[in-house]
Amino acid sequence: MSEKKPYIPCSEVLELLWAYISGELPPEQAHEFDRHLAVCPSCVAYLDSYRKTVELSRESFQPGNCEPEAEELPEDLIQAVLATRRKG
Amino acid sequence: MEPSQALGEDQTLLAELRAGSVAAFARLLREHGGRMLAVARRLVRDEEDARDAVQEAFVSAFRSLDRFEGGSRLATWLHRIVVNCCLMRLRSRQRRPEEPIEDLLPKFLEDGHQAPASVEWSEPVDELIHRKEIRALVRESIDRLPESYRTVLVLRDIEELSTADAATMLGVTENALKIRLHRARQALRALLDPHLRGAAA
Repeated sequence: MSEKKPYIPCSEVLELLWAYISGELPPEQAHEFDRHLAVCPSCVAYLDSYRKTVELSRESFQPGNCEPEAEELPEDLIQAVLATRRKG
Repeated sequence: MEPSQALGEDQTLLAELRAGSVAAFARLLREHGGRMLAVARRLVRDEEDARDAVQEAFVSAFRSLDRFEGGSRLATWLHRIVVNCCLMRLRSRQRRPEEPIEDLLPKFLEDGHQAPASVEWSEPVDELIHRKEIRALVRESIDRLPESYRTVLVLRDIEELSTADAATMLGVTENALKIRLHRARQALRALLDPHLRGAAA
């Protein structure tokens, strides 16, 4: 492989980022991503903030982190469901 | 709780439920109802709709107990029923034309370079997540996503359904689902970016 091989563009990196992260890219394509990321601080920043976005989505709704979440079903709703059940 | 222990307890509860015990059904509601209501709130967002979806889900679960094979946890099975009830509700709502997502996707120059360039978010997630206003910002930003993107993001990144399960529930191909999830994450990233870019606070 020639060292002068052109880099893939940022547009391709950001379009297929999901596949790169989940390990779904063929090895040669993943290698091209690595080459690009080694020289592109903008895509590195994007990749990092994308990963943080995914983590923040999950973490913001974890029971311990989630203020408005009721731990129990309201009693009136429990009774409403049980009433439906009794009716068959 | 060890998984085997949880499955054992599930089996006991299941046997009582199948025998028609109202007390067992009440226990099922009390044990799992709160979490299922939280799931419904995340998906349908309207409190009344969320309560209706949970009610419908438990009634439907009770009626289909015979079809529960016991291969998965009772909680996992209930979760899927609640998600399905919520998705049916979302589908039956009057559809408004969806806002375009393009404005929230990255922009490129003709040569393929990103413009403007991305800026690092330097504060780590485990610090960000301790700040109440950041958690609120993330939730509000998810709510601002166009509906079809928000739903996919909630199912995959928050409810943690597999790609295959989420695709089946939404009636799209796995590939279409992956692309939509990617767009949703990109759009959410763009909404969070002005608040999180640059140096740690």
